[in-house]
Amino acid sequence: MKGLIIILMTSVLVNNYVLVRFLGICPFLGVSKKLNQAFGMGVAVTFVMLMATAATYPIYSYLLEPNGLGYMRTIVFILVIAALVQLVEIILKKYIPALHASLGIYLPLITTNCAVLGVTINNINDGYNFLESMVSSVGCGLGFLLAMVLFAGVRSRLEEADPPAAFRGLPITLVSASIVALSFMGFSGLVNGLFGA
Amino acid sequence: MSKLQNLLKGIIKENPVLVLVLGTCPTLATTTSVLNALGMGVAATAVLICSNIAISALRKVIPDKVRIPCYIVLIAGFVTIIEMLMHAFVPDLYESLGVFLSLIVVNCIILGRAEMYASKNGVVDSAIDAVGMGIGFTLALFLMASIREILGAGTFLGFAIPWLVDNPILIFGMAPGGFFVFGCLIALVNKISKKKNNKEFGCHNCPSAYLCGKKDENPCATVGEGDDK
Repeated sequence: MKGLIIILMTSVLVNNYVLVRFLGICPFLGVSKKLNQAFGMGVAVTFVMLMATAATYPIYSYLLEPNGLGYMRTIVFILVIAALVQLVEIILKKYIPALHASLGIYLPLITTNCAVLGVTINNINDGYNFLESMVSSVGCGLGFLLAMVLFAGVRSRLEEADPPAAFRGLPITLVSASIVALSFMGFSGLVNGLFGA
Repeated sequence: MSKLQNLLKGIIKENPVLVLVLGTCPTLATTTSVLNALGMGVAATAVLICSNIAISALRKVIPDKVRIPCYIVLIAGFVTIIEMLMHAFVPDLYESLGVFLSLIVVNCIILGRAEMYASKNGVVDSAIDAVGMGIGFTLALFLMASIREILGAGTFLGFAIPWLVDNPILIFGMAPGGFFVFGCLIALVNKISKKKNNKEFGCHNCPSAYLCGKKDENPCATVGEGDDK
């Protein structure tokens, strides 16, 4: 149990996927302009990460690894994720139209999101078991959601700022992302401090 | 457009990193040292050249409706080949690039060039386009890694630089430094090009933009002009 909590804390705060490990920067910069969109995207990414891990982990450990096909994982994972995202979209559209209306538009964007492929590969690289992988995926998703929501707040302030002409738009957004990332460095000793690991 | 112009456009006018702002994740993550950046640049260039040639050669065979999955499979195949080659011949670099080597599959630059260029042009032109874009990507990474390594560690390609090596600004080597240097470089490009290049980061360059069928509700459509299609 303690191990799982450490994994969760690490993936949400210490090794935040966006701000520390630089995965999923595209949606972080592209969809963080409004708070509700940032939230929707974050929830959709968390959901897909969880589904993707649930699907790719058994495929890797029961199909690829025993047959010496570990090197095929990049191809297999990206195909599984792409198919999964399409499937989830179709199911949502048919059975839960309300949810589809709010999350559906973000789903296709996630297919080529490096955070989702990254989390599935990292879980394998870190040698997690199934439960640990799932916890780590939820953590990474929540970390992504947290970063998106925090940054959406920062950006709404940024709208009113008046930076030098060359910095307007993307550059000032990146510089403020740098400051948000700086604040996340404060978490770096958290796990050691709390659990004495 | 002459062949030379085609080659040069990827390096300066349409630099994938600093002007088109594609492939931001590897740009930020692998530029902590010059060696990593060059390794990433060369690996991505190799994949880009192979995928552009293959996709351009197969462009009449691949059905339009399933083209993106086909491109992804082709690209993933080449990435796996590069990964295995690097694991065998440069294991140190393979270790330090880690997951980002596999993530070349979802690098927007590669899928973007496949969708916007290789699927419409001949094999030779596509290969030249890939070389230009690859060099542009590598140069941008090299530039950014040089700044970060010199200021953040006081070394260049591992060689110590006097004075700086004793007074490194560690933050440049960490995550916030990455965002900061990248922001400043784009601001610099805006300043030099003097164009109204202040467009927001949007989906107009994103290869998955077309997947968002409902353009009007698309969170990004309000920003970009939509993709080329």
